[in-house]
Amino acid sequence: MTEHTQQTDPQGRLKHFLTTEGLNHTLLTSILDHAENFAGVENRPVKKVPLLRGKTVVNLFFEASTRTRTTFELAAKRLSADVLNLNIATSATSKGETLRDTLRTLEAMHCDMFIVRHANSGAAHYITTQVAPHISVINAGDGRHAHPTQAMLDMFTIRKHKGDFAPLKVAIVGDISHSRVARSEIHALNTLGVTEVRVVGPATLIPKDVESLGVHVFNDMSAGLEGVDVVMMLRLQRERMSDALLPSAHEFFNRYGLTEKRLKVAKKDAIVMHPGPINRGVEIESNIADSSRSVILQQVSHGIAVRMAVMAMCMQGNTEGIES
Amino acid sequence: MSQNKINIDALIEQMSKDIFDFVADIDEDDLLMVGIRTGGIWVASRLHKLLKLESELGELNISFYRDDFSKVGLHPEIKPSKLPIDITDKHIILVDDVLFTGRTIRAAMNEIFDYGRPASITLAVLIDRNKQELPINADIVGKSLTLNDGEHVKLLGPEPLALEIKELDD
Repeated sequence: MTEHTQQTDPQGRLKHFLTTEGLNHTLLTSILDHAENFAGVENRPVKKVPLLRGKTVVNLFFEASTRTRTTFELAAKRLSADVLNLNIATSATSKGETLRDTLRTLEAMHCDMFIVRHANSGAAHYITTQVAPHISVINAGDGRHAHPTQAMLDMFTIRKHKGDFAPLKVAIVGDISHSRVARSEIHALNTLGVTEVRVVGPATLIPKDVESLGVHVFNDMSAGLEGVDVVMMLRLQRERMSDALLPSAHEFFNRYGLTEKRLKVAKKDAIVMHPGPINRGVEIESNIADSSRSVILQQVSHGIAVRMAVMAMCMQGNTEGIES
Repeated sequence: MSQNKINIDALIEQMSKDIFDFVADIDEDDLLMVGIRTGGIWVASRLHKLLKLESELGELNISFYRDDFSKVGLHPEIKPSKLPIDITDKHIILVDDVLFTGRTIRAAMNEIFDYGRPASITLAVLIDRNKQELPINADIVGKSLTLNDGEHVKLLGPEPLALEIKELDD
């Protein structure tokens, strides 16, 4: 079975959102279009619409997160859903309950949607196979595999600044190997039809077969940034590194940190992105992170609108509890 | 399918006169006309011109407020709501093309109240089908039309405006 059918219902509508891989141009664009519509809600006196009134959304985070969890929570609340935040570290799983039994328990509380973050790749997909048919699952990051809502909020941010994807050259810089964000970005950028996706970083942090995803590999930062419209910096995922893949953070900054000088070879109007949390002086120079070319904080606010769009789209067919 | 012979321009002209009389006691600065996407906006923009209203025409896309979201899903057409000014204490003239069950108007009013607390809402519709399922009636009606159960009326536009009345298959 392809990922496409795992994520969409028979009408081709989004049911789960696990990865950007395999979703077509029309669907990705409609996520961005809906997000555009939802973005207006935050400028109103009442920052809330009643779309998911009576639905219950569970934030199921097996891994620490601040911005992703809180923006999912805010997105759900702005759609008028009720939100449960489960801190798995202090909950039943630590008392020996299996994941399946935790899911059964939550289902018994009539929940409608699980937002899942997990250290293991494929965790969100596994959960879709374990839950009742009316429940939607959104992947909020699984291991090194995917972080689709992060990719879509980045696509939203790029479209806001650049309009059309077709002419763009995008460089993704840093630790590609451990980055679920990078994988989701690459699939989304290629589906949306940019001219070129580059990955830039040391050979030890770039997967061997990455070219098969449709990217060009650069080990030299200056060559990699030459003429690009968008620079996407990644965080060094030191918590996921078990081997000595790089000498030191300082050494990394010397070769791959984004500085004003290095950014000069990119297009004059190139924007700088980072999924956060940023390590100042490791991936990015402080004054670049705070400059007018940096759209890092816009990425965060766009995250709310994009997550509202994805949640609403996944719940479209959910008639649980509604008389026909 | 039939393209009705109804003279829409004449109906809208008459509506503008009725609205003028209806809001005669209200200061023009406090008036705000709002059309409901898509047909309501077509009618509203004509009325807005005829009444020479100063304030910008508002547009409502009520799709986030529909009571049948779980059944029909999100509307694929994208056009966000646009209310031009602070609506608190304004007198709103809400315009739609066809008043049928009243559910659209309910959704529109719910949305309006998330923008503020208007002084009043007046409902103006081009066609009243007299089939309300809710206690909602129009203050200004272009034409009252009683159709058979299987018949459906739709405003085509924006230029020229025409009414299409057709038999639905199911």
